[in-house]
Amino acid sequence: MKKLLTALLFTPLMALASGPEVHLDKAPVSTEPAALQNGAKLFVNYCLNCHGASYMRYNRLQQIGLSEQMIKDNLMFTADKIGEPMRIAMQRDEAKAWFGAAPPDLTVISRSRASEFGSGADWLYTYLRSFYRDDSRPTGWNNKVFENVGMPHVLYELQGEATAKINEHDDGHGGKTKEIEIEAPSKPGKLSAEEYDHAVADLVSYLVWMGEPMAEARKSIGTFVIAFLGLLFVLSYLLKKNYWRDVH
Amino acid sequence: MTTKAQAVLDWIDERFPLTSSIKGHLTEYYAPKNFNFWYFFGSLALLVLVIQIVTGIFLVMHYKPDAALNASGIPAAFASVEYIMRDVPGGWIIRYLHSTGASAFFVVVYLHMFRGLLYGSYRKPRELIWVFGTLIFLALMAEAFMGYLLPWGQMSFWGAQVIVNLFSAIPVIGPDLSIVIRGDFVVSDATLNRFFSFHVIAVPLILIGLVVAHIVALHEVGSNNPDGVEIKKKKGADGHPLDGIPFHPYYTVKDIVGVVGFLIVFSFIVFFAPEGGGYFLEYNNFIPADPLKTPPHIAPVWYFTPFYSLLRAMVWPLFGLDAKFWGVVAMGAGVVILAFLPWLDRSPVKSIRYRGPIYKAMLTLFVIAFAILGFLGTKPPSYAFFGVIPGAPVAQLFSLYYFLFFITMPWWSKIDKCKPEPERVTG
Repeated sequence: MKKLLTALLFTPLMALASGPEVHLDKAPVSTEPAALQNGAKLFVNYCLNCHGASYMRYNRLQQIGLSEQMIKDNLMFTADKIGEPMRIAMQRDEAKAWFGAAPPDLTVISRSRASEFGSGADWLYTYLRSFYRDDSRPTGWNNKVFENVGMPHVLYELQGEATAKINEHDDGHGGKTKEIEIEAPSKPGKLSAEEYDHAVADLVSYLVWMGEPMAEARKSIGTFVIAFLGLLFVLSYLLKKNYWRDVH
Repeated sequence: MTTKAQAVLDWIDERFPLTSSIKGHLTEYYAPKNFNFWYFFGSLALLVLVIQIVTGIFLVMHYKPDAALNASGIPAAFASVEYIMRDVPGGWIIRYLHSTGASAFFVVVYLHMFRGLLYGSYRKPRELIWVFGTLIFLALMAEAFMGYLLPWGQMSFWGAQVIVNLFSAIPVIGPDLSIVIRGDFVVSDATLNRFFSFHVIAVPLILIGLVVAHIVALHEVGSNNPDGVEIKKKKGADGHPLDGIPFHPYYTVKDIVGVVGFLIVFSFIVFFAPEGGGYFLEYNNFIPADPLKTPPHIAPVWYFTPFYSLLRAMVWPLFGLDAKFWGVVAMGAGVVILAFLPWLDRSPVKSIRYRGPIYKAMLTLFVIAFAILGFLGTKPPSYAFFGVIPGAPVAQLFSLYYFLFFITMPWWSKIDKCKPEPERVTG
């Protein structure tokens, strides 16, 4: 009985069952400096025009192996000082008028996009590989993961222009379910399909790193903390045992 | 002790009860010798309270309760939390200790309360300890709720919006009351500032006062134990309980083991899983609060979800009043009813060790009900187990059981077939 109660109490609130709405591909997230540096390059060149990363300072890029001079020469287009955050010049109210919604700040986007369907990285990795041509949209683009998104496919010169076959099924309740099947780019881009996936993986790795730059430090400090506490646990247990030896 | 040190101590003791307090609460406070695992959680609750206060002091040095948008269009409050996470040296660890501490507080307090249910710690003469305890729980819920608004993310904002709106369901005064709580017609900068004030000053003061009352009351009557027998009834020639041992050094050294054990689990979460799988830090709360964008699913943090399920279970308008009002009544009653436990339990014994099968069955079912209600509270009302068993009626059924457990207790606790209590504590 006691054991049963204990077991019940410690049973975590598990997600018992709920089918995923969107299938997300597992993102191959890397913590390698080369991947993060390539991701930073892609981020600054393709994202950091409409999206800011306003809690991320340029000089923090030193943490992924870049020198101050390299950052200044290659990645700082709109800031004067290395300690400035990654801000953008676009006005939010204008952006809202142009795109329908102001592009979100991307500093912690990898953390906010996590859900029961996958990590934030999985979502971003799938999203950036799910754009297709759609002439009914003002930007000419649509996305399988984020339907009717206001963002155009900014990486299209790398991926090429993919199209999609849209199959509509009767859902049996008088409505229709839409099934979107993305086809290989009809107009190829600068990168092959494999190279493009790799580039997106680097970009997503960078976004994950930027979401919590101290994540790796956190884990390595944590290992020492737990090792120390483990030792302390043994000592404190021996102390207790010694004090309690005369209690019967 | 040297005569000089003794002289200083005498000087203090003539003016302040130092030696007598140490004796009364530590070296000569006799606690039963048979405390088990469940008895760690009282001292651990105190530890977490200290962690929250100390980390909170440092967070307040850098946090800004300001809903105004900065140059990048981010609310200053949200940006200041990220500032703590990135630019303040060691800020991330302070923040994670505080955010994990909030969840840890509820884990520890729920286990502490469950201990009371197991061994009848609320029974005579400890009714007031239990009543103070339920007040602590209530204050803790207020503290957690108001603290959760401060990061000013989407869940902070919309969670507060939903909960404060509940007060508007109270007849006559409701709509005005909710405006008074918010200081505005919607959750806004005014709300953020008053919640900040309550979270860092008002509620912690109440909480500390209640904790002192809880411990003073405990030390007045003495601790219960897993056998539920009064150790004060059997005293030795020296006037001390035969089954009692001084709290210090015996339980201080034992509680150190508990503290280190707790810190191992706690550190594991802080350093390796601070988001707690989205249960401790909700993913949506990494999106700044947007009053124009309602999230499709607003779920409270896990520790509120059993009571949130009680709230949602009431879907019927009664006596010309909104179903929402009765939901609020159910949620409030779910907490308040705990305070009446000492007078609902009519069993001749205290501990589950000597209770009959009815209590064991009822308590097991109660734990299951509480866990299922908690689980369903994290899900939208449309949730179905395995996609087939609808969650809403299950939640209603278990909500009904939650109240029946308490309301029918006077009857079934009396007729239960109990075993005789021993004279002295067993191992």
